[in-house]
Amino acid sequence: MTDFLLELFSEEIPARMQAKARADLERLFTAQLAEAGLKAGAITIYSTPRRLALIAKDLPAQTEAVSEEAKGPPEGAPDQAVEGFCRKNGVTRDQLEVRDIKGRPTYFAVINKPGRATRDVLAEAIPAIIRAFPWPKSMRWGEASASTESLRWVRPLSGIVAILGDDLVECEIDGIESGYETVGHRFHHSVRPEPVEGQLAKGASTSSARTEIGRITIGNAGDYAEKLRACHVIVDHDERQNIIRDGAARAASDAGLQLVEDEGLVIENAGLTEWPVPLLGSFDPAFLEVPEEVIQLTARVNQKYFVCKYPPDAQHGEGDRAQRGGGAPPSPASAKATADATSPSLRDREDKLAPYFVCTANIYASDGGAAIIAGNEKVLAARLSDAKFFWELDQKTKLEDHAKKLGNIVFHEKLGTVADKVERVAKLAEWLASLEGTGLLRANPEQTEQAARLCKADLVTEMVGEFPELQGLMGGYYAEKQGLPVEVSHAIRDHYKPVGQGDEVPTDPVTVWVSLADKLDTLVGFFVIDERPTGSRDPFALRRAALGILEMLNRNGLRVSLWEAITRALAGYTKAMVRKDMPETEYQEYLAKQKSIFTTIPDFFADRLKVQQREAGVRHDLIDAVFALGGEDDLVRLLARVKALQAFVETADGVNLLAGYKRASNILKKEGGTSAPAEAGAHLPTSDPDAPVRDGPLPAQGNKTLSYTPEPAEKALIDALDAAQPQVTAAIEAEQFQTAMTALAALRGPIDQFFEDVTVNDEDESKREARLALLARFRDAVHQVADFSQIEG
Amino acid sequence: MKPLSFQQIILKLHEYWGNQGCAILQPYDMEMGAGTFHTATTLRALGPDPWKAAFAQPCRRPTDGRYGENPNRLQHYYQYQVILKPSPPDIQQLYLDSLTAIGIDPMLHDIRFVEDDWESPTLGAWGLGWEVWCDGMEVTQFTYFQQMGGFDCKPVSGELTYGLERLAMYIQGVDSIYDLDYNGAGMTYGDIFLENEKQMSEWNFEVANTETLFDLFNKAAAECENCLEKKLPIPAYEQAIKASHMFNLLQARGVISVQERASYMGRVRDLAKGSCEAHMVKNGWAA
Repeated sequence: MTDFLLELFSEEIPARMQAKARADLERLFTAQLAEAGLKAGAITIYSTPRRLALIAKDLPAQTEAVSEEAKGPPEGAPDQAVEGFCRKNGVTRDQLEVRDIKGRPTYFAVINKPGRATRDVLAEAIPAIIRAFPWPKSMRWGEASASTESLRWVRPLSGIVAILGDDLVECEIDGIESGYETVGHRFHHSVRPEPVEGQLAKGASTSSARTEIGRITIGNAGDYAEKLRACHVIVDHDERQNIIRDGAARAASDAGLQLVEDEGLVIENAGLTEWPVPLLGSFDPAFLEVPEEVIQLTARVNQKYFVCKYPPDAQHGEGDRAQRGGGAPPSPASAKATADATSPSLRDREDKLAPYFVCTANIYASDGGAAIIAGNEKVLAARLSDAKFFWELDQKTKLEDHAKKLGNIVFHEKLGTVADKVERVAKLAEWLASLEGTGLLRANPEQTEQAARLCKADLVTEMVGEFPELQGLMGGYYAEKQGLPVEVSHAIRDHYKPVGQGDEVPTDPVTVWVSLADKLDTLVGFFVIDERPTGSRDPFALRRAALGILEMLNRNGLRVSLWEAITRALAGYTKAMVRKDMPETEYQEYLAKQKSIFTTIPDFFADRLKVQQREAGVRHDLIDAVFALGGEDDLVRLLARVKALQAFVETADGVNLLAGYKRASNILKKEGGTSAPAEAGAHLPTSDPDAPVRDGPLPAQGNKTLSYTPEPAEKALIDALDAAQPQVTAAIEAEQFQTAMTALAALRGPIDQFFEDVTVNDEDESKREARLALLARFRDAVHQVADFSQIEG
Repeated sequence: MKPLSFQQIILKLHEYWGNQGCAILQPYDMEMGAGTFHTATTLRALGPDPWKAAFAQPCRRPTDGRYGENPNRLQHYYQYQVILKPSPPDIQQLYLDSLTAIGIDPMLHDIRFVEDDWESPTLGAWGLGWEVWCDGMEVTQFTYFQQMGGFDCKPVSGELTYGLERLAMYIQGVDSIYDLDYNGAGMTYGDIFLENEKQMSEWNFEVANTETLFDLFNKAAAECENCLEKKLPIPAYEQAIKASHMFNLLQARGVISVQERASYMGRVRDLAKGSCEAHMVKNGWAA
């Protein structure tokens, strides 16, 4: 058993691609081994910006020998057939064996496949892995690129180390031969020409002086990581991440500050360095008048810096100066901050951004990092002056004037500009805010309209142009600076929320209505033009919009009629989409599309609701059961009903009633019973907001007078229905869903008894019909609560 | 040790790249937005012939003008460009040693290759590479051309584009472009270019006669097509560059709407790609 080392050395691999590259290398290597019948003990993958490395433990020296037999033609078969058989199996005629098969002498070829040396398997596997490597983007380079068929890699590949045990695995790909040699740190492990003096007169020697690259000879998998470490390369990405994570935190705490943690930055910086050295720098506190989010983004996105805060606790003395692990880079340079941070005014600054940052250098510089810090401070200062310039420039224009430029931004080619959208959203939001009734949030309609009209204005500001992720937030800041009411500035700031599950759900009335209007408008618009999500594709984030609507409705218990809201949202589009000169057919198409939305959008919500409620343990079939009734356009009420139903169907009464229901509905189905379950109580969605959209039509009270004396169990069921139905109806009317379920539960005994004692399919046609009608009545009574046919189990 | 002056940096780079076998060219004598537009880059990146050149190229970006009031932005500035075809195996080290040659000690500074892929829709070109950071500042764009004018580069060229003013500001430790030591003998960058920036910004943004510009754009486009018809790719390419610059001026004058913008860019792209294609055909390289 021996260990194998593979290193693929290249020019700098983009940091964002390294994690996937490690997984791909492991997968491709394992597959190549498996194809040869080999399996490694443990596989470790490392990456640095310049290398991908793999160490496979405990590989056998060779693959197992295999012996296979093939049955051929019988003895005496034509020569042609025998020779063909030999050719096919790669044997000569005299190697064939003759065996008796059921009394018939038959040729057999015995093919012995000896074990292959693992080294040979690997020598073939390495080029195959390199050629098959799925980089997201790859390139050609150098002389070989005269052909477009030349090797592709993420950046030029220049070296392969492949050692099995202590032996080289010889292989070659596009002129790159495997060897024992690799290269250490780009600067720590090379010999450079003398730095040039400030004069030109030194002659050509300095200008053509070349760096000698330091080479390292690797002995085997066991000494690889340590030999590299000695040459200032920490090959293990996890170790580099730890150094950055801990080092950055320490650089901050040594200065009495607290690092704002950012795991994405840790990983990215580890992907940009072979010898990471976190360094603390500072910037002019005057920049702190720019919003913290802007500073943090500038530092993170443009420069990959961490930012620091003043700690919540002012008592932080000396800080933790724990020893770092062996071989790791020396302590980060962190000076001058301590005194400042511990000054008495600290209490005012608790948890606020401090004018410091941590950058991660790839070198332990000869001056301890002073020049690097100075350089980075200068770059950040230039970036922050840009940000400050934008911050001040944007404020010179009022949001309402910014908003005028929204006509230049296309929302969607078929749905007009952002200005058009804002116009629709403003009307919709104002309408929502002016709704009256229970379960609604009272918001000032003027403020709501104002917030809606300004909510997208920041899209044309310089700052959002620079940092699109600050949309909303900047608008909020600018509104505040402009002296707009806090309700308005908060609504502008938060109207994109909630973005994704787990995000904060707005509760401020103005914010809720603006956010709801914005999302509804988006949803309805894209459904009108048939841009619905398919599979994993949801380019306009409609699922997120629908989920956001649901979360806001639920969180705030909003009793908004979905039909009415859709109708209102549609009206906003109709004006733009229905042109006077529109051909009749096109107009009809549009009308049909409008109509279909009243089915497709509720269905879409039903699906979102199932996803959203899955985590809360709400059964999806019960959501279907309530949705199937149709007519329900109040999602808060719907969910309350689903929850009561879930509680009920999990009780013994519920289980038995469901069984009785299924039996009744099977009989009705078989007999071609009166009404099919799907139609029971269902209301077709309507585009008329004034149409009644309450629960399904109630079955007539009681059966028609019977022409015969009912059997006791039959009578009991009739009585129970007579008693229960009004209770159920009243309870549902009052939205007392639990009471409705309890009333239904009273039918459980009578229905069981009915099936026990009464023959539905009586010879007497009138009895049969009456009993089928009774069952239908029972089913309809149950349907007042939910379509039980949708319930599983 | 006194840092290099602006002109010394250019001379040092000339000397360094000259020693690497590059032809040291003079700037192209036409207005262009980037060194990449120089025929020594664009047209030479096409076809199989080896090529090595280095040159400083004045670049004009009318919309970047700030009337000489912004310490970091200019409407006219210099790029130093090196083109090596095919890309040599030690190109990264060659580049790093050029930094040492102009006074940047890599043991004192943090030099990094950070992913940055390059694409020029105008030229139908793209490549993979990095922006090179020195202590967090981008000092060079480093690109392996994969396509030019819509054609695969066979072989691939390596292109290095140094931002000369930035690099000089870094080396000299000054905060404003205008404070750069230009000649090491008391003359600053501002002494030479500040008035130029003021006047050109005013002309670019306020004065340039837009009717004339539209007219020049159309004339250059027509002349490009005339050259293409006569199978003269180099003059055609020059007219495409001219049209491109007119478009940039029109943009600065703010007379091209968002909707029109795409169509103008498309026209320039067609002219430039057409010129590249004619160049391929003329040399017998096109398939």
